[in-house]
Amino acid sequence: MEKWLGAFMLELKNISFRYNRSKWLFKHVNLAIGQGEIVGMYGKSGSGKTTLAKIMANYLSPAEGEILIDGEKMNNEKYYPVQLIWQHPEKAINPNWKLSTIIDEAEGLNEEIFSLLGIQKEWLNRRPHELSGGELQRFCIARAFGPNTRYIVADEITSMFDALTQAQIWHAFIKLVKERNIGVLAISHHIPLLEKISDRLIDFNKLKSCPNITN
Amino acid sequence: MNIVYKFRDETNEEIEKIKSNFLLEVNHLSLTIERVGKGSDVEHLHVIRDFHLNIHQGEVVAIVGASGSGKSLLADAILGIHPKNSLIEGNIKYENQPLTEKRKKRLRGNDILLIPQMTNALDPLMKAGKQVESFIKQKNKQKIVKDIFQKVGLDPAVYHQIPSTLSGGMIRRIFIAMALASKAKLIIADEPTNGLDAEALDELLFQLKMLANDNRGIVMITHDLEAAMKIADKIAVFYAGETVEIADRKNVRKAGKFRHPYSRALWNALPQNGFVPIECSQPSPAEEIIGCSFASYCPEATKRCGTEKPELREVGNGEMVRCFYA
Repeated sequence: MEKWLGAFMLELKNISFRYNRSKWLFKHVNLAIGQGEIVGMYGKSGSGKTTLAKIMANYLSPAEGEILIDGEKMNNEKYYPVQLIWQHPEKAINPNWKLSTIIDEAEGLNEEIFSLLGIQKEWLNRRPHELSGGELQRFCIARAFGPNTRYIVADEITSMFDALTQAQIWHAFIKLVKERNIGVLAISHHIPLLEKISDRLIDFNKLKSCPNITN
Repeated sequence: MNIVYKFRDETNEEIEKIKSNFLLEVNHLSLTIERVGKGSDVEHLHVIRDFHLNIHQGEVVAIVGASGSGKSLLADAILGIHPKNSLIEGNIKYENQPLTEKRKKRLRGNDILLIPQMTNALDPLMKAGKQVESFIKQKNKQKIVKDIFQKVGLDPAVYHQIPSTLSGGMIRRIFIAMALASKAKLIIADEPTNGLDAEALDELLFQLKMLANDNRGIVMITHDLEAAMKIADKIAVFYAGETVEIADRKNVRKAGKFRHPYSRALWNALPQNGFVPIECSQPSPAEEIIGCSFASYCPEATKRCGTEKPELREVGNGEMVRCFYA
C-alpha cells in the first residue's frame, strides 16, 4: 500500500521488530485487513506470530514501521480499537474478580452478545475458577467486542479446546464479527480450521520473507 | 497332520491368553472430591463417574474428552497422586493384579511413567541430559542418552543445556527420551500435543508410536480427536466423567463414524468434517445425573434416556458403547 486509498482497513506498513538487541524477528512486514474481513494466518511456532499480534493490539511498539487504523495513526487513546484475544483465557483475566466485573472492562456491552456466545446469566456471579476454560474464553471474546472495537486479533483462541467447543465458539464469533463489520486476523497452526473460517489465508513465513508484497 | 493341528490350537490358545492379558485394566472407576461449602455443608463433586479402560502391551489408547472434563485427574487416579480430599472407587488392575495404593507407590516412576502436560516439569537447574540419565541403570549412561537423543531428533549439544534454554517442542522430546530410557511398561501421556504446530505434532505422534512399538502400552490423554485418530489403536471417548465409547480406530475409519451420539457430535465438529456445532456443555460435576448424561443434547434421545442410565456394553472386538440405541 503506497497510499491510503480511502477504504476502511487496518494497515501494517513495513513493520520490523526485535527483542532488545537480538536478531530481527521479522522485518518489513506489510499486511492489510479490511473491515468485515476474516484473514487466517498460519506459521510455525516460535516464528513470531504472537509478537505480531501484540504489536497490532498496541501491547508492543514496533522497532520500525507504522500501523494505520482506517487511515489514522492511533496514539495512546483510552480505548484501542484493535483488541487482542489470547490463547489462554485464565491468564488474561483477574482471578479475583467476579465475571461481571471482568465483562465491565468493555464498557457498554450489548446484552444480546451473551445469548449469542452462550453465556448464561448466572455465570456472571461466579469467579473465574468456577468456570471451565471454554466458558472463560467466551467471556474473553465478549470483552473484546466493546462498542469502539473495529478490529480483532484472535491468537489461537480455540487451540486448547475440543472440537465441539471450538466449533461452538467460532460460529458465534463469526456471526458477531459479520454483524458488526469487524475485521479479524485469526492466528492458528490448524490449517483446516482456518480454511473453514477465513476469507483468505496467509502464510506468516512468506509474509516475513517477501517484504514488498502488499496482499 | 495331527501335530500341526495341535500346534495351531496351542498358538491360538497362546494368542487368546495374550489377548485377555491386559497390561492395565480399569473398571467402574470413580473419583469424588469432597469440598466444604458454605457453613458445614459438604459438597461432593463427581469428577469421574464411571470410567473403563483396558490396554495391552504395544498398544496406544487415546482418551478423548472435552477440556475441563477431569481427564488429568484420571491419570492422577491411576498413579495414586490424586488430591487428598478425593475418594477413589472401582477396580484398577495392573498386569492382572489389583493396583493398590502401596503397589502404585512402588510402580510409579518405574513401571508406570507419566509424561506431564506442563513443560515446566523438568528440574530447572539440572542439565537435560543428566535428567534423562537418571532413568538408566546400566553403565555407559552418557552414550545411551546420546543414542536416544538421536532417535528422538535432539541435537547432542542439548545434553549440556538446562531446560530454560529449550523450546516447548524440545522439552516434549526430552520427555519421550526419558520414557525410552526408562524400563516403564505403561506410559501415560497427559495432553502431549498441546501447543505444537502441525509439523512438530506429527513428529511427536510418530515418537509415541515408536514407544508403543517398543512393546510398551501408551495411554494418551487428549482433547484432540484428530491427533488421536492418527495413532491410537483404540479411542476411549470421555464425557461427563464416563467412558461413553471405546472404539477401534480402524473400524471408525472404515465405517466413517462413531457409535455414540456424543462421539459423533465431536467428529462432526472437526473443521474438515463439517464444523457442525451442537448446543451442548458438560454437566457440572456437582449435579446428580439421572439417566444418560448426554440425553439433554442428544438428537436421538427418547423418554427412556432421561430416566434410565445406560450401561457400557460390549459390541464385539473389544469395542464398547454406552447407549441404548447404538
